[in-house]
Amino acid sequence: MAQKQLIVIGNGMVGHHFLEQFMATPAASDWQVTVFGEEPHLAYDRVHLSEYFNGSSHADLAMATRADYDQWGLDFHPGEPVTRIGRDGQRVVTDQGAYDYDALVLATGSYPFVPPIDGHDQDHCLVYRTLEDLDAIRASAQGARTGVVVGGGLLGLEAANALKSLGLESHVVEFAPRLMPVQLDADGGALLKRKIEALGVQVHTEKATTAIVPGDEARLRMNFSDESHLDTDLIVFSAGIRPQDKLARDCGLGIGERGGIVIDDTCTTSDPTIFAIGECALWNQTIYGLVAPGYTMARTVAGRLNQDEDAAFTGADMSTKLKLLGVDVGSIGDAHAATPGARNIRFNDEQGGTYGRLVISEDGKTLLGAILVGDNGPYDTLLQYALNEIELPDHPEALILPESEGGAPALGPDALPDTAGICSCHNVTKGDVCGAIDAGCEDLAAVKTETKASTGCGGCVGLLKNVVESELEKRGVEVNRDLCEHFPHTRQELFHLVRVNGIRTFHTLINQYGRGDGCDICKPAVASILASCWNEHIMATDHVPLQDTNDTFMANMQKNGTYSIVPRVPGGEITPEKLIVLGEVAKEYDLYTKITGGQRVDLFGATLSQLPEIWEKLIDAGFETGHAYGKSMRTVKSCVGNTWCRYGVQDSTNMAIRLEERYKGLRSPHKLKFAVSGCTRECAEAQSKDIGVIATEAGWNLYVCGNGGMRPRHADLFATDLDDEQLIRTIDRLLIFYIRTADRLQRTSVWMENLEGGLDYLKEVVLEDSLGIGDELEEHMQGIVDTYQCEWKAAVEDPEKRKRFREFVNDDRKDPVQHWTTERGQRRPADETEVA
Amino acid sequence: MSQSNQWQTICQTSDLIPHSGIAAWTERGPVAIFWRPGCEPELSAIGHFDPIARADVLARGIVGDVDGEPVVASPLYKQHFSLRTGECLEEEARVPVFPVRTEGNQVQLSLRDSASESASAA
Repeated sequence: MAQKQLIVIGNGMVGHHFLEQFMATPAASDWQVTVFGEEPHLAYDRVHLSEYFNGSSHADLAMATRADYDQWGLDFHPGEPVTRIGRDGQRVVTDQGAYDYDALVLATGSYPFVPPIDGHDQDHCLVYRTLEDLDAIRASAQGARTGVVVGGGLLGLEAANALKSLGLESHVVEFAPRLMPVQLDADGGALLKRKIEALGVQVHTEKATTAIVPGDEARLRMNFSDESHLDTDLIVFSAGIRPQDKLARDCGLGIGERGGIVIDDTCTTSDPTIFAIGECALWNQTIYGLVAPGYTMARTVAGRLNQDEDAAFTGADMSTKLKLLGVDVGSIGDAHAATPGARNIRFNDEQGGTYGRLVISEDGKTLLGAILVGDNGPYDTLLQYALNEIELPDHPEALILPESEGGAPALGPDALPDTAGICSCHNVTKGDVCGAIDAGCEDLAAVKTETKASTGCGGCVGLLKNVVESELEKRGVEVNRDLCEHFPHTRQELFHLVRVNGIRTFHTLINQYGRGDGCDICKPAVASILASCWNEHIMATDHVPLQDTNDTFMANMQKNGTYSIVPRVPGGEITPEKLIVLGEVAKEYDLYTKITGGQRVDLFGATLSQLPEIWEKLIDAGFETGHAYGKSMRTVKSCVGNTWCRYGVQDSTNMAIRLEERYKGLRSPHKLKFAVSGCTRECAEAQSKDIGVIATEAGWNLYVCGNGGMRPRHADLFATDLDDEQLIRTIDRLLIFYIRTADRLQRTSVWMENLEGGLDYLKEVVLEDSLGIGDELEEHMQGIVDTYQCEWKAAVEDPEKRKRFREFVNDDRKDPVQHWTTERGQRRPADETEVA
Repeated sequence: MSQSNQWQTICQTSDLIPHSGIAAWTERGPVAIFWRPGCEPELSAIGHFDPIARADVLARGIVGDVDGEPVVASPLYKQHFSLRTGECLEEEARVPVFPVRTEGNQVQLSLRDSASESASAA
């Protein structure tokens, strides 16, 4: 059967979410999907747009990649706006062609409303919605001193934050008597204003702008109806949104009086072949300007295209929880007490700077709405009370009082019904979370991967964690984080015990804090902790029996009991002389030779007794151990950088060598990989590494917690435009914090995802030194750097240590079970059929 | 269990490594000898050949205990072998176990597989 044609107009967050949802359904194979977007980029995260001025790039904000869309089999046309919909012929027209459809989804979004003030259309009068708008704001901010945002709503305050982060003296001009008039009441608005002004943003309420004229002290002047004026270098209009309904209007679809494409509960427009979703759609006389309702509409259409008769959009909760310029603001349900008979409880702490208001039903039993300013702590609990109509406690005021004044603890996850929404971005209920746990998810990370909960805005992570832990405990899964049966402690706790008590051997530790003899889980873990703390030679008598064989013999055991050898090649830079030595050694011992992904050379097939001999030769030629056998810093991959490459902007090879020399030998909970790229083309693939460094014109961008392997993960941008010393200081702190707090065998990515507060928390600790341990972390790292020794050099020089490298302590014969064959000119282990 | 053991000197006590293993060559092939001072038993000897990985590697595993049973973990695929019985704790597999003792500074083995004989006697 020929595929039907589905066209999606608009590739914003909601349009993308529709594709993501629909392409995963059975019906997707029946349809060829074509996507048109006005913007040149694929969908990106508009909710976090202001991060664009704090170093995030389009790539960081991107929600989709061309590779994803290719993989889904989409035909996508970014930067190709649709100019007309021909409903009679079921065809859409662009400047580049005409395309037939059997079904059409409009996800055209909205555009910023610019009040028709005289002079609103001159230079330096801007809007805030797309990346192009932000580029224009950034350009306008060049040489500017002040900036004004017109509009004191949610988006306006976001825009003010953006201006502030561009270094401008920022003002907010609001027509209403208070900020965020939709979400807040007078007291809440007043507190928010005070807090924002304390952060250096001037707030002007009850100001109606009458004209924008050339200024005296700045580029522009805004004249207000009360005869006052304000001079500014640029103006950003953020006075609300209007649905982008022009295409629908032109082709005669039903449109609301004040705009918006009219849809029913199935998100169908007045034409049964056309759906509308997101901010362009008008449902029950309402435009929903938040992303979560748009996502629900997207899922509704995906369901309908799968003949799911139950898929419906029946309105959405408009509760919001935000951090605006660092100030908590929350608004739930009927915040303005519009329900007849509603009663209020207010707690206004002008001294402490928090405001809370509860709107309660006439019978006092249910929570209708709430407002929070200054502290969103009670938000999750209040939202659950309101959404699920959970009966309020006898003294509901306790819900917003500080705990010291008798405030109630948060609503336990047990009190939530299965229908309670946990993650509104991905529409995950408590029941979904329970289902994932029943299906085998055993920790928070697994539940996140399975349900996608908490992977949108991340606001629900605390709640999700509580639900997961409570449900696991209910199922008798003891959330046991003990290292193993010998230690009733986590790795993190053991680390502290070792460090605080100055414990230097496994036996002291197990005698004082454990039981039994130890095992192959706790011994290497403790060895790693001891190495991270004291950096003694891993072949010291006390430490030898703790190590996995690879660490014991400082080589990687292969399947037939022989070992492979990887000398360090810092930054992947090697002289011809050293390369020749590697070749000669490999030839002499008949070692299979392969280039590694970390820009080194791996020599396979050495027997135990050959290892010290081989290393003597390598050390004579100037090689050091490469720690390929350890849970430790492996390699720093690099490109050639600006010494050779015509695109390079920094000397990436030099930096890679410097980093590798600094961190070589560092023992850690899991192996660590680094890379340094000399420009944004990223030839060293730094974004797939634990520590990735990418050169910029001004210095280095640092990416952290990426990895390849079984569950690949792109690294997150951590800091931008660092100079050399800042870069090293930041890496020092981050790595020691990881080493001190991660679980056994936990990669940096999983560690970071499991930190409460995630990346933001990590930034606070490392970049802002919120725990006041920055100096100590740096000293710890410096101690490790200062005590570095090449383990192999120390081993070959010590006859006692060399004694260990004997196949048999009483006989010089070769191991009789190693059998070899030759393939492509090199020796390799023979398999059983070849031996026979 | 009255059979007299045929003790053979295999190596010196100075060849042993505390809380770890060494491999020695015997007429019965490679044997792994573990010395765990302060633990019970202090000396153990089992086959060096790992029947699951099919390689001579067990002397290079980590020793310890699992639920009180003294074990060595295979360095290749991490299964545990009992130092008392030679049984693998995770899979159907077994390695031979040999009586071992020290005489002065000599380490001596009796090259009968004590576990299989006591098992067949039972």
